[in-house]
Amino acid sequence: MSTAAAGFLLDVGFGLLLLAVATFALRSRTTYAAVVGFVTFGVLLALVWFRLGAPDVAITEAAIGGGLTGLLLLNASAVLRPTEAAAAGERPRLLVRAAALVAAAAVAGGLAIAVLALPSPAPTLAPLAVAGAPATGLGNPVAATLMAFRATDTLLEKVVLLLAIVGVWSLAPDAWWGGRPGRRHQADPKGTLVFFARLLPPVGIVFGVYLLFVGADHPGGAFQGGTILAAMWLLAIMARLSDTPAIDGRWLRFWLVAGPAAFVLVGLAGIALGDAFLSYPEAYAKPIILGIELVKIVTVAATLALIVAGPPERPGDPRR
Amino acid sequence: MTLVDLFSAALIGAGVFFFIAGTVGLLRFPDTLTRLHALTKADNLGIGLIVIGLLPRVADGWTAAKLIAVWVLILLASATVSQLAGYSARREKESR
Repeated sequence: MSTAAAGFLLDVGFGLLLLAVATFALRSRTTYAAVVGFVTFGVLLALVWFRLGAPDVAITEAAIGGGLTGLLLLNASAVLRPTEAAAAGERPRLLVRAAALVAAAAVAGGLAIAVLALPSPAPTLAPLAVAGAPATGLGNPVAATLMAFRATDTLLEKVVLLLAIVGVWSLAPDAWWGGRPGRRHQADPKGTLVFFARLLPPVGIVFGVYLLFVGADHPGGAFQGGTILAAMWLLAIMARLSDTPAIDGRWLRFWLVAGPAAFVLVGLAGIALGDAFLSYPEAYAKPIILGIELVKIVTVAATLALIVAGPPERPGDPRR
Repeated sequence: MTLVDLFSAALIGAGVFFFIAGTVGLLRFPDTLTRLHALTKADNLGIGLIVIGLLPRVADGWTAAKLIAVWVLILLASATVSQLAGYSARREKESR
């Protein structure tokens, strides 16, 4: 069998597997099983992005789509468990179901038309991005696109993260405002989890920062690296080696806004010194971008970990 | 086919065998602990054999080191997760 034919079979296999896992996730009886299906779908989808030659998207999908969102949904399914039987017993009225059917069909149909109507070959700015990448000093055209050509999108993405954490915190009961998110975890201090949580973070932190720096020239970046740092922090919290911070801490608030703020400051400096918002002077483009990314990785790690930790559930430090 | 190809094919084939065996065990075994037992065979032996099979094919020592690091991390993660899942399964059984 030739390599192309083997690759084709592999792609068809992935496609069928994705459809099967998606069907499983949608049709499973319990929320928990659906979430397991969703996480599996995310990991498979990451492999498909690799097959499509988009490793940057693949890493993000595995970390955010499968890992982080899966964790959020797992938490949600644990919270919903007591009400799940009652919710499963309810059947919405015919009108509601018909409306849902129409809405779902309209979205799927619209997407199908949009995809099928694309001219072939699809219009692309990829050659321009690759040609322009050297001007930013970055070897990875994806990083150049995210941090230079479409930097405003990346900035807004960071603002969305900030809005997400505000949304999570707004669910806090008044009594616990300023308190610590999540419950205090129990862990056997001599158990496996604690051992793992002592062993892994040094490796994980190095790898997270490595992803940030390698992102300049290869797949990776602050977002993927930040996700790994967040995971290491959450691991330490789950093993009771660390605790979630009280949400009114000054340093915490500082780091949550530091990423978008650094971006905005650089953007305004671009207006003052250069041509436009977020225009980098060409000679310093790479150090400026790496600087923003360094601040951003801390912001991303703190924000993602706190989104997973949830709204405050207990009092903060009694000394304050 | 060179000797290196044969070596890789044999080891990767053996690795795939352990993955299939582990998956069959996961689907067929009766309870959580025996299913975990099946899964760890796939994780430990399957990945290990595939990594050894891939080692002579990589471009440089740096890539080889990365492959071995992946193997060690998977070993560590799967051993920990198996312990935790087994612990939680036993606690659930006792509380019933």
